[in-house]
Amino acid sequence: MADRIFYAMYDDDDILKDGAKHLVSKGVKVSEVFSPFPIHGLDPIIGIQNTRLGIMAFIYGLTGLLLATIGMRYFMVVDWPMNIGGKPNFTYLDNILAFVPISFEFTVLCAAHGMAITYMLRNRTLPGIPAQNPDPRTTDDRFVMEIRLSENSKFSTDDLQEMLKETGIVELDQKELK
Amino acid sequence: MHKEAAIREPLILGHKSFHDVTEDVCRPIEDKAPKMWYVLFGIAAIIGLYGVGCILYLLGTGVGVWGLNKTIGWAWDITNFVWWVGIGHAGTLISAVLLLFRQKWRMAINRSAEAMTIFAVFMAGLFPLIHMGRLWLGYWVLPLPNQFGSLWVNFNSPLLWDVFAISTYLSVSLVFWYIGLIPDFATIRDRAKKPVAKKMYSILAFGWSGRAKQWNRFELVSLVLAGLATPLVFSVHSIVSFDFATSVIPGWHTTIFPPYFVAGAVFSGFAMVQTLMLVMRKAMGLEAYIHTKHVEYMNIVIMVTGSIVGTAYITELFISWYSGVEYEAYAFINRATGPYWWAYASMMTCNVVSPQLMWFKKLRTSLVFTFIISIVVNIGMWFERYVIIVTSLHRDYLPSSWSMHYPSHIDIGVYVGTIGLFFVFFLLFARFFPVLALNEIKTILKSSGESYKNAPDTHHGHSANENNNEH
Repeated sequence: MADRIFYAMYDDDDILKDGAKHLVSKGVKVSEVFSPFPIHGLDPIIGIQNTRLGIMAFIYGLTGLLLATIGMRYFMVVDWPMNIGGKPNFTYLDNILAFVPISFEFTVLCAAHGMAITYMLRNRTLPGIPAQNPDPRTTDDRFVMEIRLSENSKFSTDDLQEMLKETGIVELDQKELK
Repeated sequence: MHKEAAIREPLILGHKSFHDVTEDVCRPIEDKAPKMWYVLFGIAAIIGLYGVGCILYLLGTGVGVWGLNKTIGWAWDITNFVWWVGIGHAGTLISAVLLLFRQKWRMAINRSAEAMTIFAVFMAGLFPLIHMGRLWLGYWVLPLPNQFGSLWVNFNSPLLWDVFAISTYLSVSLVFWYIGLIPDFATIRDRAKKPVAKKMYSILAFGWSGRAKQWNRFELVSLVLAGLATPLVFSVHSIVSFDFATSVIPGWHTTIFPPYFVAGAVFSGFAMVQTLMLVMRKAMGLEAYIHTKHVEYMNIVIMVTGSIVGTAYITELFISWYSGVEYEAYAFINRATGPYWWAYASMMTCNVVSPQLMWFKKLRTSLVFTFIISIVVNIGMWFERYVIIVTSLHRDYLPSSWSMHYPSHIDIGVYVGTIGLFFVFFLLFARFFPVLALNEIKTILKSSGESYKNAPDTHHGHSANENNNEH
C-alpha cells in the first residue's frame, strides 16, 4: 500500500512528550515512538495500552504451583511413599510443610520463565531478528516519532510537516512506501 | 519526570548528556583492552585452569583426595558452596529489592552486581556437583521416573529443595539480567563499526528497536521479575540454611539460621560488590557514575547486615547456654576455645567488629578503607561457614570419633581455582558487556544528574520552540 511515513526526531524526551500531546490534541495519530529509554507518561498520550503480561505471569505462576503440587503428591504420596522417621505421610496434607519450599520455587520458576518467553515473543525480540529502529541514534540520545499519512488521511503532507516543525524537532525524515 | 530535593546529592556527577552516558559506557568496550586487562585475565585464567586441573584429578581419583574423613564428611566443598551462593545474593538484592524500593542509586551498580551473582552461583553450583563424585550422573537429582533407580528423589529433603532453589535462582537471575541487557546491546549494536562486532551485538540484542510498546512491556517485566526475585533471594539462602538447620547436629540445629544466613549472604555479597566496583570504576573511568555516595550507601547496607549477623552470633551463644542442652553448649564452647578457636576469632573480628567501624562517616566514605573492609568481610564470611560446618562436625556425640579437618592441596586448589574462574568470567563481562545499565541511567539523568538537578525548569512548554533547527 502506498504510504508516506514521517520520522520526526527530537533530542529530548520531554520535548517529544509535549510535542506528542500537542499533535494528538489536534487529532494527529502518532503510530510509534522509538526511544533509547522508557519515556514515562508517554503511553497514554499516544494511545498505548498497558501490557497484560502481569496477568500472564500470574497464570504461569499458578500453573507452576499446580504442577508442583500434582507432581509431589504423585511422587511422594501415591507412587512411592517414603518412611522418613516414621512421620505421617499418607496424605498430601500430612506432609505439606515439607513441600512448601519446592512449591514456591517452582511457582517462581514457571512465572518468571513463562513471562520472559511471552515477553520475547510479543516484543518480537529473539536472536537473529533484524532491528527496526529507523535511525541508529534512537538507541543513543535521539527520540523518533513515527507518523503515517495513511492513518492521518484528514491532513495533507504539508499540514503534517508544518505541525511537526512546530513541536521542536531537530530532524525530519520521510519515507515513501510503494 | 520526577523532581528530587536539591539537597539530595546527585547520583551522576559532571555535566553529562544522554550521549555522554552512552560514550562513557561503550568506550571501554569499543577501545582496545588495556594491558592491565590482559595481565589480570592471564593470571585469572592460570588460576582457573589450575582449579579445573584439580577438579579433573578429583573426578578421576575420587572424593578421597579431599581432606574429608569419617567424622567430617562435609568441609571445604560445602563451605565454598555456601560462601559463593552468599556472595551471589547482593546482585539480586540490588536489582530486585532496590528496584521495588525505587532506589535510584542501584542503577549504577545493578548490572555488574547481577553479573557477579550469576558467576558466583556458577561457582557455587560446581561444588555440590563435584561432590557427587560422578559428575556425569548429576542429572539424577532431577525427579526422573523410576527406571533411573529404585526411588524418586526425596522431596522431604532440604538437599533437594536446594537443587530447586539454586537452579531457579540461577536461571531467573540470568533471565532478569539478560532482559535488562537487551536494550543496551542494541545501543552497542547501533554504534558498532566493525562488521564482526556489529554481527555479534545484533544477535545479542535480539532485534530490539526501542518501540514505545516494547518499553511499556520492558518496565512491567522488570517490575514483576523484581517482585518474583525478591522472595526468591530470601528463600534461596533460607533453604541453604535448612541443609544444616533441619539436622540434629548441635551447632546446626538452630531456628535462627534462615534470617541469619540471609543477612550474612547480603553482607558478604555487598562486600564483594564493593571489591569489584572500586577497581572497576577506576579501571573503566566510571567515577562519575559510581562515586562516594554509592559506596557510602553500600557501606550502610554492609553495616546493617553486619549488625544483624553479629546479633545472630551472640543470640546463638546465649541460647546455647540458656537452652540447658549440654551438647549445644559444648558445641559453642568448643568453637570459641577448642582447636578451631582461631577460625572463630577471625570470624568474630571480621564480621562483628569491622562493620561497626562504618558508623563513622569518615571511614564509610573512604574508598581505601572500604576496599580493605570489603576483603576483610569476605574472609570473615568464609570463616563463618567453615566454623559452622567443621567445628560442629569435628567433635560429635562420640568422643572416640573426634577428629580434625586438614584441607588437602586439592581442596585448596579447587577453591582458589573457582576464584580464578570467577574473575575470568567477570573480566570477560567487563570487556564485552555494558557494565552499567546505560539506558536505565539515562532515565535518572534529569532527576539525579548534577547538571540537570539544580537547573531551573526549562524543559516544559516554552523550551519547545528554542530547539527549532529543522532540516
